[in-house]
Amino acid sequence: MSRVKETPQEKDMQRRTAQSAGACRGLGSQTPKQGQRMLGAEAIVASLEAEGVDTVFGYPGGQAIKIYDALYDSTQINHILARHEQGAVHMADGYARSTGKPGVVIVTSGPGATNTVTGIATAYMDSIPLVVITGQVPRAVIGTDSFQESDIVGITMPVVKHSYLLQSTDELTSVIREAFYIASTGRPGPVLIDVPSDLAGSEMEFIYPDEVNLPSYKPTYKGNAKQVRAACTLLEQSERPLLYAGGGVIASEATGELMELSERMGIPIVTTLMAKGGVPASYPLNLGAAGMHGAKYSNLAMTECDLIIACGARFSDRVTGRLAEFAPHAKTIHIDIDPAEIGKIREVDVPIVGDLKGVLASMIAQLEKDGAEARDDEWLQLVAGWRKRYPFYHPDLAEDAGEIIPEVVMEKLSKQLDPMHSIVTTEVGQHQMWAHQFIDRETPRSFLSSGGLGTMGFGFPAAIGAAIGRPDACVVCIAGDGSFQMNSQEMATASINQIPLKVLIMDNRCLGMVHQWQKLFYQERYSQTLLEPIPNFVTLAEAYGWSGARVEDPEKLDEAIATMLNTPGPYLLDVAISRDQNVYPMVAPGAALDDVMGAIDVAIGAVRTDMPTAQAPTGATPSPCAKIDAQFGGRWQAGPDDKTPRLDRQQAQAAGEAVVMSGEEAGE
Amino acid sequence: MKHVLSVLVENKPGVLSRVTGLISRRGFNIESLSVGTTEDTTISRLTAVMDADDVAYEQITKQLHKLVSVHKISDLTDEGSIDRELALFKVNATPERRSEIIEIANIFRANIVDVGRNSLTIEVTGDESKLQGIEDLLRAYGIKEMVRTGMIAMSRSTKD
Repeated sequence: MSRVKETPQEKDMQRRTAQSAGACRGLGSQTPKQGQRMLGAEAIVASLEAEGVDTVFGYPGGQAIKIYDALYDSTQINHILARHEQGAVHMADGYARSTGKPGVVIVTSGPGATNTVTGIATAYMDSIPLVVITGQVPRAVIGTDSFQESDIVGITMPVVKHSYLLQSTDELTSVIREAFYIASTGRPGPVLIDVPSDLAGSEMEFIYPDEVNLPSYKPTYKGNAKQVRAACTLLEQSERPLLYAGGGVIASEATGELMELSERMGIPIVTTLMAKGGVPASYPLNLGAAGMHGAKYSNLAMTECDLIIACGARFSDRVTGRLAEFAPHAKTIHIDIDPAEIGKIREVDVPIVGDLKGVLASMIAQLEKDGAEARDDEWLQLVAGWRKRYPFYHPDLAEDAGEIIPEVVMEKLSKQLDPMHSIVTTEVGQHQMWAHQFIDRETPRSFLSSGGLGTMGFGFPAAIGAAIGRPDACVVCIAGDGSFQMNSQEMATASINQIPLKVLIMDNRCLGMVHQWQKLFYQERYSQTLLEPIPNFVTLAEAYGWSGARVEDPEKLDEAIATMLNTPGPYLLDVAISRDQNVYPMVAPGAALDDVMGAIDVAIGAVRTDMPTAQAPTGATPSPCAKIDAQFGGRWQAGPDDKTPRLDRQQAQAAGEAVVMSGEEAGE
Repeated sequence: MKHVLSVLVENKPGVLSRVTGLISRRGFNIESLSVGTTEDTTISRLTAVMDADDVAYEQITKQLHKLVSVHKISDLTDEGSIDRELALFKVNATPERRSEIIEIANIFRANIVDVGRNSLTIEVTGDESKLQGIEDLLRAYGIKEMVRTGMIAMSRSTKD
């Protein structure tokens, strides 16, 4: 990789600030409409144009009708009509995640506004910049329970970064400028603007500001120099450092800096779901997924490291497992733009509040100054040994040859996708975790998934938004049969807008992830998780003007995926998988991160180890608390047939070497 | 541990519910709360008393700082601050016991703000322990009604 050498001063000049990150992307005060008299609704559209908005997603209604009337004349803004307001917000979210620009939504009051709540909460949990404009009843009747009135500012208060109830046309333009600024600076997030319809109908003078005046909102971008030095000192002393990358890597566009730090000091990287794509899958030190369904080697690296450098990550419970046993030997450096994340879950040795990109660049500069070098590669070799020993999947795994194996579907899809020009979105559940494990991503903003809120119904509309934001990319939504049915009405949006989107349904006719938990922790009592009879997805797709096919034969899988990717226009591929497939490896909720069930161990012949028993022990009546125990950290017995002893580190290493040999022998 | 939190916020509708909503959402109980304008009419001061350990308190203040409507947060828990509350007591007072009660009020530098045929209304300001003291004494006569404001607090001007 060639990098142009820059002086530290030049690097400093390029560093992001709140001003640069929140700057108007359009003409701002320089639009031809500046200074004209117009209606409030026209001023909203003019403001969006001044912000450089090219696409808005939404759904009209009584109190938004004036805004929609004004939108009718806009040549700059393309409005995508969703079929449900929730779909509109997820589309805007997908647009924002794939482009880095704030997504914009316009909906009406009452039910239109309340339907956006899940979408807004999804964006809030994953720190995605959105500007949501909701129509509201006229000011004179607010608070009288008038038709289609809802207190959307009150309802969304816990899930927005900030919100406004517009009080006068005088503040209309400054509120919109502030909304875009707040949404896209600091830790990004959704901002809601509630517009009473009488304001949309009042005349005003359109003056768009370029700057904001927010004395109480000053996000910190530049990391404290002393803390950066302290972090470098810790890193130089560390024998087994680990970079733990979160969504901040993508939000801060810090991929280059992160890899440079990793390369220079020889630090392996684990990524969260939100960071997927933030480090290329092909980068040798990228260990990929960690956490509940992460790789055993990533989780071992987390447990065994002596220094964790958290980069825009928030120590989610899905990543840490049981907190008391999380990274027990490690000191912690936590870099985050949101000071409230630092120290929230994990006590920190060196906290650095700032923009990740800039902070990592300062760390690299400091390490360069100190003449710090990578340590010997003992740690990297240990990790590499684990990686060979505990792969996500192994073809020798004895599984029913007659059925399609989900892991294989993901591998095949990953191979057929153009790594540089494709975007994968997921819904939520088993398929999401398989995608997390097996779909290789090379570029940031190419893997979109609802991480924090875990919103079923997110992935498909988000894929539509991504396809509109990135028309150059092939967009594939990996869905489950449950999740897809939550927003399948948006197939109409895709076909009407001729969006060449691909949907691959991992169809196991059940709510796979809950089914898996019921199987493992609830004595196979499959309460309300079986979805049969399920609609015929192929004919459903055809009803919306899509093409589609169903594949049940593993032999025809490659061809089916190729047909999906090569057919022009929207295409749905329904892949039949068994409902008995579980996602492994798995760290049970509340268990320690190195307490992994179902990881493949090639050292003992490519079998899954530490499998949980599905049934409660026979004979003994299960304690009434057994379910709760299991859910919150109780351990269950290993299978009676599983006599595999637990190896310690030296043994594991020794076995790891043996694996390489046995693999070669097998090859011959 | 008890914390006295002084928060400067934008003087705009809805700000109070943003602040209190955030505190209660994260599972903390506000023991007392008072809000009023400051010398700058665009800014209000909100004084909240709550019980939280240090880690939780730190998290609350960090989260509050994230609200766009919050300008500044100061901790006025320690000795370096002045805190006051105001209370009104309506006490049973037959004509023959009036003078006793007035004497108690005088000791506490409280004011008699209303007199009825069988009751006296007393206004008193002070810190929490002073108010507790007068309340305990007045209970002997029978408190018909009592109302207390939340605490307001200000840092001492050691440098002025």
